[in-house]
This record gives sequence, C-alpha cells and structure tokens, in this order.
Amino acid sequence: MSYFKPKFRHPRLPVNALGYTVADYDGAISTLCAGCGHDSISTAIRNACFLSSIQPHRIAKLSGIGCSSKTPTYFLGRSHGFNSVHGRMPSVATGASVANRDLIYIGVSGDGDTASIGMGQFIHLIRRNVNMTYIVANNGCYGLTKGQDSATADLGSISKYGSPTPFEGIDLASLALLQGASFVARSFSGDKEQLEPLIRAAMAHQGFAFIDIVSPCVTFANHVGSTKSYAATRAHLEAMPIDFVPMREEIRTQYDPGTTQAITLHDGSVIHLHKASDSHQTDDRNKALMTMQAAREENKILTGLLYLDPNTQDLNHTIELATRPLNSLGKDELCPGSRVLNSINEGLR
Amino acid sequence: MKQIKGTNDFVVKFANVNGSGSASANHLFAKAIFRMGIPVSPRNIFPSNIQGLPTWYEVRVSSKGYLGRRGGVDLMVCVNPQTMEQDIAEIEPGGYFVYDDTKPLAPHLKRDDITYLGIPLTEMCMREFKVPRLQQLLKNVVYVGAMAALLDIRFSILKDLLNDQFKGKEKLIHPNVRALEMGFQYATENFSCPLPIRLEMGGNDAPHIKESNHILMNGNTAAALGAIYGGATVAAWYPITPSTSVIDAFSKYAQRMRIDPGTGKKNFAILQAEDEIAAMGIVVGAGWNGARAFTATSGPGLSLMSEFLGLAYFAEVPVVLIDVQRSGPSTGMPTRSQQSDILAAAYASHGDTKHMLLFPATPRECFDMTVQAFDLAERFQTPIIIMSDLDLGMNDVMSPPLEWDDDYEMDRGKVLDAEALDTVEKFGRYLDVDGDGICYRTLPGTHPDKGAFFTRGSSKNEMAIYSERGEDYVQNVDRLLRKFETAKSYVPEPKTHPPIEVKKPKTRKKLGALFFGTSASPAYEAVETLAEEGYPIDTMRIRAFPFHKSLDDFIHEHDAVFVIEQNRDGQMRQLIMNECHVSPDKLTSVLNYSGIPITARTIASQIRQALDIESANVVKLHPESV
Repeated sequence: MSYFKPKFRHPRLPVNALGYTVADYDGAISTLCAGCGHDSISTAIRNACFLSSIQPHRIAKLSGIGCSSKTPTYFLGRSHGFNSVHGRMPSVATGASVANRDLIYIGVSGDGDTASIGMGQFIHLIRRNVNMTYIVANNGCYGLTKGQDSATADLGSISKYGSPTPFEGIDLASLALLQGASFVARSFSGDKEQLEPLIRAAMAHQGFAFIDIVSPCVTFANHVGSTKSYAATRAHLEAMPIDFVPMREEIRTQYDPGTTQAITLHDGSVIHLHKASDSHQTDDRNKALMTMQAAREENKILTGLLYLDPNTQDLNHTIELATRPLNSLGKDELCPGSRVLNSINEGLR
Repeated sequence: MKQIKGTNDFVVKFANVNGSGSASANHLFAKAIFRMGIPVSPRNIFPSNIQGLPTWYEVRVSSKGYLGRRGGVDLMVCVNPQTMEQDIAEIEPGGYFVYDDTKPLAPHLKRDDITYLGIPLTEMCMREFKVPRLQQLLKNVVYVGAMAALLDIRFSILKDLLNDQFKGKEKLIHPNVRALEMGFQYATENFSCPLPIRLEMGGNDAPHIKESNHILMNGNTAAALGAIYGGATVAAWYPITPSTSVIDAFSKYAQRMRIDPGTGKKNFAILQAEDEIAAMGIVVGAGWNGARAFTATSGPGLSLMSEFLGLAYFAEVPVVLIDVQRSGPSTGMPTRSQQSDILAAAYASHGDTKHMLLFPATPRECFDMTVQAFDLAERFQTPIIIMSDLDLGMNDVMSPPLEWDDDYEMDRGKVLDAEALDTVEKFGRYLDVDGDGICYRTLPGTHPDKGAFFTRGSSKNEMAIYSERGEDYVQNVDRLLRKFETAKSYVPEPKTHPPIEVKKPKTRKKLGALFFGTSASPAYEAVETLAEEGYPIDTMRIRAFPFHKSLDDFIHEHDAVFVIEQNRDGQMRQLIMNECHVSPDKLTSVLNYSGIPITARTIASQIRQALDIESANVVKLHPESV
C-alpha cells in the first residue's frame, strides 16, 4: 500500500509563476528503502517541474518495471502515469507522444529495465528521437529481486554475494551518444545542485534527452567494494556544474567566459555549463565521447551535460506530424465519407 | 475420351515460377471473368520466396456463386517445368492441360484421359519480342490470350484491363496487346475453340451477388480502409507476411486522405517498430493517450505481443490488432493460410485474460469489422483482435461493395473530459459506476486538479491506488468478466440462414454446422451438396467472441454439430467447449490444416464419413496440398 501524504501545507510556502507550491507537485509517499537514491531523483523531478512552472497535468510519467519504475507514483500526483511492462516503456512513450504531441513526457527506468531487457527498445527510442526526458536510475543491481548484478555493474565491482562482477559494464551514456542522442547527461542522485537544472534543461530540450543517474542502492550495493555505493561515487565524482535559466527569466549572474559555455535551447531557455576541461566540448559528439572515455579510463565518474544539439529534429518533425494532437481529431478530420468510398468501390469493379 | 463440359463452372489453375511476372497476367485473366459478370474467386498459392520457387494461381468460376475452393482442377496451365509432373497428376479425368510445347513433352507425362493443348510460348515470344525481359514477361500474356479463345473471354474486356493497368506507361500497352493477340490467334488456329468448358457473359445465378453489384478486392486493403474510416491515427507494425499489406494499404490511403489541408502535414503516424513487441507497445501508449491506434500482424507477432495484450486487458487500454493468420512458428509456412491462432488470441497473455475477437469472412466484413473494432476497443477499453487470414487478406475476393453511413458517429466510450470531471464528485478509474463492468477513464492532460491516475497492471484498487490486497484483485478481475458479459450484446451476432428444404431426408437427426471466416464459403457449398444428397444441415457462421447466446441455443437444438475450421486441434471447437454449456460429444471437427484453403469437397467428404454415408456422386478426392 502507498500512504497518502497529509494535505496540510504551510501557508507561506513559496509559489511559482503558476501559483503552485512545490507540494502541488508531490506524489504518494515512497515505499522504497530509506536512503534510496531513487527518492532523491523523484524529489529532483518534483522540484524541477515546480521551478520551471510546468502545469502538473501537462506532464505524463512513464516507466517500465523495477524499483526505479515504481518512482513515478512518488512524484507529480496530478499527472497521469503509466507503469508499463519490463523494458518496454520506450515503445509506450513513443505511442503516447505521437498521440498527443502537446504533453511533456518523462520516462523513468532502471539499469535492468534499460540496459538488459529493454536495450533494444532504448536504442530504437534514441534512433527515433522521441521528444521526451528519459532518466535511468542506475544502481548496477536488481533491487526488487534482491540484488543480482545488472548489466551496468562495473567490471570487478563486488556484488552483495561477495563476488566481483566478471563482465564489462554497459555505459548507457556512451551508447546513447553513439546512437545519436541529442541530449546526453550523467548525474548523481546525491548532487541536487546539478540534477535539478539538468532535468529542467532536459524537459526544455525538444528531442530525446537522456540522463543516466548514478543512484546507489542502499540495501544491495552500498557496501565496500561496490563501485556504485554512495562512498565510491562521491570518491570518484567529477561534477561539471550547470545552471538553467528559463526563457522568461532575466539572466542576472555574470559568468566567466573562459570556463563556461552558454547554450540556448529551442524554447529560449539558456543553459550555462561549467566545463571539466578545455578539451571538452558539449557541441561536439566526438570530443564529448573522448572526454567520457578518458574519464572512464581514469576511474572518474564525470557528471554533467555531456553532449547537446539544441537544433535536433524530433520524431514528430521527422514524420511530419500535424500540429494538432492526433487524439483531438474527430470524425470530420478522419472520415473521408461515403462519396470517396463509392469511388473506391468503382475502382474495384 | 470424355471431356469435362460446363459453362461458367470450372476450376482453372496456373502453374508458374515465382518472380516471372505471372501474377499480373493471371490477375488479368481473373479480372476479365469478373468483368464478364461471372462469379469468380482467384487464389494465389505462393511460396516464401522472391524468385525461382513454384507458385500457383487457382481460379474458381462458379455461376452459382460458390467462392470457396471446390477441390480438383479442370484446366491446368503449366509454364513451370519443375512442377509439371504433379500438375498433370492433379487434373480431373476429362480435363485439359495447356503448356509450353517449345520443347516436346516427356513421354512419362502423357495421360490418356486428359486433353493436351500445347502452345510454343517461348518460341513465339523469342520471335516476336527483342528485349529479353519482355520475351520472358509476355509469355504469360500470350497464354492469357490463348485462354481467351479457349474459354471464350471477351477480348475487348482484356484490352480495357490492359489500358487501365498501364495508364501512364502507354509504351507497354502495345506489346501486351500484341502478346494477347498472338495467343488468341494461335489457339483459334490450332484448337477447336471454345472448349467444352467455357464462359458466357453474365453467367451469374447467385442472386446475392447479382443484387449487390460486387467488387473484387483483398481483405487486407479492406481492413486498411476500415482503419481509415474508423478514425485510426496511429499505426505501429513490424513487417510480417501475410499482414504487411494492411499497413501498406493504410499508408497509401492515409497519404491521400489524411493530409491536413492547411499545413500539408499528416494527421496520422505510421511507425515501423523494431519488433512486434514495440509495435504493440506503441499502440498501447497511443490508445492510453486517446488516439485510435492499431497494428497488424500474424501468428509469431501475436505471440510476441502477448505480454502487452495482457497489460492492455488489465490496464484497460483500447487496442486494435488485425491478425492475418498463417501457419506455424519461425519459418513456419508464412505464405500459407490457416485459422490457427484462435486459442492463442482468445486467451493471449498470462493471468486470467480473455480477448474479444471478430471473424470477418469477406472484404466487406474486413472493412466493417475494423471500423467496429475501434468503437468496441474504446467502448470496452480493451484489445479487439480481428481474426483474418492469408486466404482472405491477400487474395482478391468478390465481396459486396463497401458502404459508409455519413451519419456514423465514433463511439469514444466512457471518457471524462474536463467539463465532465468538474461535475463528478468522486473519480475512481476502476469504479463500476454503471454496473456494466465498464469504468470511466480520463486522458492525460485533461484537467489541472482532477482525474489523474496511475495506470498499472493488476495491483490496484478501484481508485487506481497501488494495492496487493486479494479482495481488490478479485473485485477487479470479476468486474473484467462482467465487462466481457456486457460485450456479448455489442459484438456482431452469428449469421444463420433458413434451412435448405430437402424433400425426402435420409436422416432423422438434426444436423448443424458451425464455421467462421474463410471456412464459410466452402462450408455453404458443401452443405448444399449434402442437402442434394438428402442430408439437411443447418448452418451458423460465428462472427465474434465472446459468443452470442444463440450459439448455445443452436448447439442445443441439434443432435450433432460439425465445427468446420482450418487448424489441427479444432481450436474453435475447444473454445466453444470451454465457453458454452454444451456436451463436447455433440461437436465433431471438420478440419483442414495443409496451409492451402479448405475445399467444399473436403468438408462434404468429412461430414459423409462422420455420418457413415457414401457419396451419391463419387468424386475423386485430391490431396489438399499442391
């Protein structure tokens, strides 16, 4: 059972441009383990939607199966959600997105849901460039079935059974980049400062936006020897800060042009990136990939916005979808009528 | 030697090599007979191959309007040396064999009870045409020309058809007409034309066909038009024979009829998915979001879609699936027809699931039922599976014309919009407010404060809140069953016909026959044959699952009931046993599962065997396989 949160709200809670408080973006109380990284992600999504003043009901939440896929219940209670089948959320999101192009789609998946059973759908979702934010809460293990290694567990990472992972882990961010994703980011569930602007930027991006979030499993992968524990992640983290300025806000902060890069998104929002090194360029797929590989070799977890092409063309554009959502069309737009059918009959005689 | 005689009543079969251009020539032949106003039913019996393997085209001509396969071949046209021996063996005694005699026929291929009609097709084409490709292609047109003389096809009709076919490619008309004339002339000069089997303009004694001004079209195209008229906006699919042409046709018509006049953009989305799982996932996502969405597939795809079908059943999402059935898994027999997905479709997925099935028997029904499927899917918030098959889907079938009522309104089912939500006191997605098992749903993005819910499989209560309580689960699945009961009065009812009058019946038993889809035409023919022999059999054509109550009644009213279908295990019989309160002993299977559509002769023969009677007219039974 999920528990209902008390409806009591502090009268002086700040409101956003729509007059909503952050509590209006709450979901049900989480039933995940206390300290689970996924809950921090849920909070970050909630805060990002609040900060960006998005009407909660204009968002649709989708997920597959697993601990991570349970989380959409725990944020945005005023949004429709769809807990689909294991590894198949990408196809459901694709269908939903072409049916109504006007909503904002957030998919939450896990490393098992995406990197194993859902790998095919994940790659094809990127290939189609569906306009959505796709978050992987990545803890390297299967939580709901009690701690088996997942395909993103790093080589040599010690599982809860005490044995080192014998296989190379799948790096979803690199894969997404190679397959042509237009927005690729990595983050850490414990880094709220970075995660919230990343999610806001991802939602503002028109196209497929991927965020791979290291999100430690406190129950099955938070021990010494696990490469995705809180301690190990913090020890190896190299975070590139990011600021997100929505289109309606005036840019107030002065940034040093030497270390930051400003990118304007399709909707007029601006992202300010603080780069890890001079050689890293967010608008160059090859250099981004090299930076990521170099970090991996140095055993660093490089987080931040790794690659962005703000001018990408999403699926709706590629298939030349009309602007009016398909689910709003009625008989008049859809039924050609008896006269047309009679002429078809004539052609068949 | 006795030759087979008959006007407007025979079977012609063409034996060709796949990829040699025979399909359009053979179609020309069948279409010409159709234009002469004579009931005709052509069938393409083809291999899973692009080029080189044997392929056949069987044309049934029947002034009585029998459109199913009869069994047996009266005239064989063979231009494929690979299969000549078996093709000759298949001809009825007294039949005819038309072949390319550029090379002499091997002595062992001679039968003394058939008429040989050799035409030097290759030689004639080599002499007449310079381009090698034309030499090859036009051989087919030459034999059609010869057939025109042999069977008395009106030549002007053939010419008109060629003009239609090559509109925009006028250069091709002349050599094609020339080839027709060459064949016609050769036959006229060398044989006694027409043959004792022949055609006669307007030979149509079937009132139901005469009255309704039939069209000739395949079921897949009709289903695609049904999806257009039914308001489908999202199609997701993965290529699989024999369903691919459903999406091809949908795409063709959508490009023509669904372009937004203001912007030139598309009021539809067709997505070729990475597999059938994703195809169904896309349909589920779009249906959840309120667009009319469908997919088309065949057996292996149905298996892959099963998990999603179960989710759609439990999450109550509208889905339309057109299953064009074929034989078997893997390589299977993808180009062979069967009705063998009945059980897999009815109970697709894990847990307690039951799906609504529709069984079209004609292109007209493919159209009507596809339109209806979208209404049913949204009314009942569940998958609707249209059970077509290769025989109906990919062959040109004579059908009553498609009809459209401009007053038709889509049934979008119980969907609450923002206004309605404002008036609703308490919204619970799975509350059975009306007691019919169908609950009210909302679409994402409808209302700022009300109506949002979380869609998931079975772990939920009436308010769509996560729950693993047994009581909640039971209440939910029992309601789903109630919904299935409600559906019985919405789905197409079975079709019965007044009994055929038999003056002196040879049996006192009350006999009945049940069938569906493509088994119907040959079943009606077999029933008429048996009535002539003194055995009256009442018929009922099943058109949907859940079954109508009249199906139970029909079985109860008869002493023995034959269930005619095209699979090994008598799947419809099993479904009836499972779902109706009837004694299994009453139901006798009449089956064919060779992959080639069932014949009237097979049906009649199996029923005779079951009744332990001898045929009044001994007919030579041919193996069903080619």
